[in-house]
Amino acid sequence: MFKRCVQFLMIAFTASAFAQATAVKAPDVLVKDVTEEVLTTLRTDPAIKSGDVVKTAELVESRVLPHFNFTRMTALALGKEWRATTPEQKKLLTDEFRTLLVRTYSNALTSYKSQTIDYKPFKMGAADTDVTVRTQINQPNGRPIPLDYALEKQENGWKVYDVMVAGVSLVTNYRETFAAEIRSGGVDGLVKALRAKNASTAPVPAPSAAAAK
Amino acid sequence: MTKTNKQSNLNLRAVLAATAAATVLAGCATSGNPKDPIEGYNRAMFSFNETVDKAVIKPVAQGYNYVTPQPVQTGVSNFFGNLADIWTSVNNLLQGKPGDALSDAGRVLVNSTVGILGIFDVATPMGLEKHEEDFGQTLGRWGVGDGAYVVLPILGPRTVRDTVGFAADFYVDPVRDHDNIGRRNAAIALRAIDTRADLLKAEDALEAAALDKYAYVRDAYLQHRRSAIYDGNPPRQADDAALPSLPADSLTSTEPVESTWNLLLVGQSDMLDVKALETPEPADAAAPAAE
Repeated sequence: MFKRCVQFLMIAFTASAFAQATAVKAPDVLVKDVTEEVLTTLRTDPAIKSGDVVKTAELVESRVLPHFNFTRMTALALGKEWRATTPEQKKLLTDEFRTLLVRTYSNALTSYKSQTIDYKPFKMGAADTDVTVRTQINQPNGRPIPLDYALEKQENGWKVYDVMVAGVSLVTNYRETFAAEIRSGGVDGLVKALRAKNASTAPVPAPSAAAAK
Repeated sequence: MTKTNKQSNLNLRAVLAATAAATVLAGCATSGNPKDPIEGYNRAMFSFNETVDKAVIKPVAQGYNYVTPQPVQTGVSNFFGNLADIWTSVNNLLQGKPGDALSDAGRVLVNSTVGILGIFDVATPMGLEKHEEDFGQTLGRWGVGDGAYVVLPILGPRTVRDTVGFAADFYVDPVRDHDNIGRRNAAIALRAIDTRADLLKAEDALEAAALDKYAYVRDAYLQHRRSAIYDGNPPRQADDAALPSLPADSLTSTEPVESTWNLLLVGQSDMLDVKALETPEPADAAAPAAE
């Protein structure tokens, strides 16, 4: 009897494991997996450990970015201005904003290598399509920093559309600045301003990746 | 040697220039952000603070960071953090959170004794989470709005509400209350330097992120305070509903404590449109009639 129960359980587990593998990764699992993978690379990769910004940006590009929805992020940062932009402008804005966020994120990663991350308890309804996954950065010195991810469900999995550091959205925090740029120079003025900012923060050994794009 | 002199001369001149600019620009017209009606003054004071920071505060913090071993820095942060927990506990009580207030009082009790005058934070691993509460947040909880954004000399970003809150925080500050003036001043300076040193890393990320550092800091401060008032769970801002990609239910979200100024702006521009439509029409109608 007992033996058969165990057998049954084992089969059930295997089946559920298969089901999990084919199903979409849950948002909290996704955040945890990506974070842990990136942190492990940060701590072990010799080039990144020595402060190679280009290498860090590559890591972010390949591991983190696929899980972000940059169009949604740019729309959120522009607020009601977004609707007044042309499709070409939307693309230009998204590309530049994406570069800006990647630089910011890579920069933050390289300066917070010795951190540990706590994952706050997460629960969601089966029908939820918009959730927030809460984590916390523990620094060796100083206060822990809350780091929250807002995700939305899409056909190809959950995508991050906002990141909140200590309650500050890295996305909507740009809204006033963007609105001011648009007021003074139009949408093209904003594109120009973003481009100038990105040029000024370009990693020192100019990556050939930029030319290849 | 001469180089250092020249540099400090330059710094001094920059400080004077910034002060002069702050005086001249005070009350000047601004870009029209309703949350920031005195932007001209604020920008000048912001750059003055940046100059002072670059010349004095940051170098001292970097020096402190360099000479002080990590465990000592943590001990210093914990010591002042323990003193701050007393006021946090009171504020949690004032905000109607007796559970948190009790937990904070428990932290002070445990850390002051087992944690040797607060140098070691033994309460956090015990499960007594540290909270950050001040009187500005308490006022926010009570429904007091932000008021205008204002950059204070040296102290930096505040709102009018948080300036009032800060005055109360300062009034009850146990460090300020210390009898020995010399030791008191040393403690206030040490706390300030320790706080600044904790921010050294965040600064690089800020430089990389900001298109306009002044606006970035302002908006981050306002967002951070809003989040702090709601203990990290602020309701989603109503102006996000303007986006077509959002689900319909977010359209009904409202914001109880603060009015979103974006909505005010929308309201204002609508009113302007109405006026623009109303006034010329009778004039146009009158013109053909006169002919």
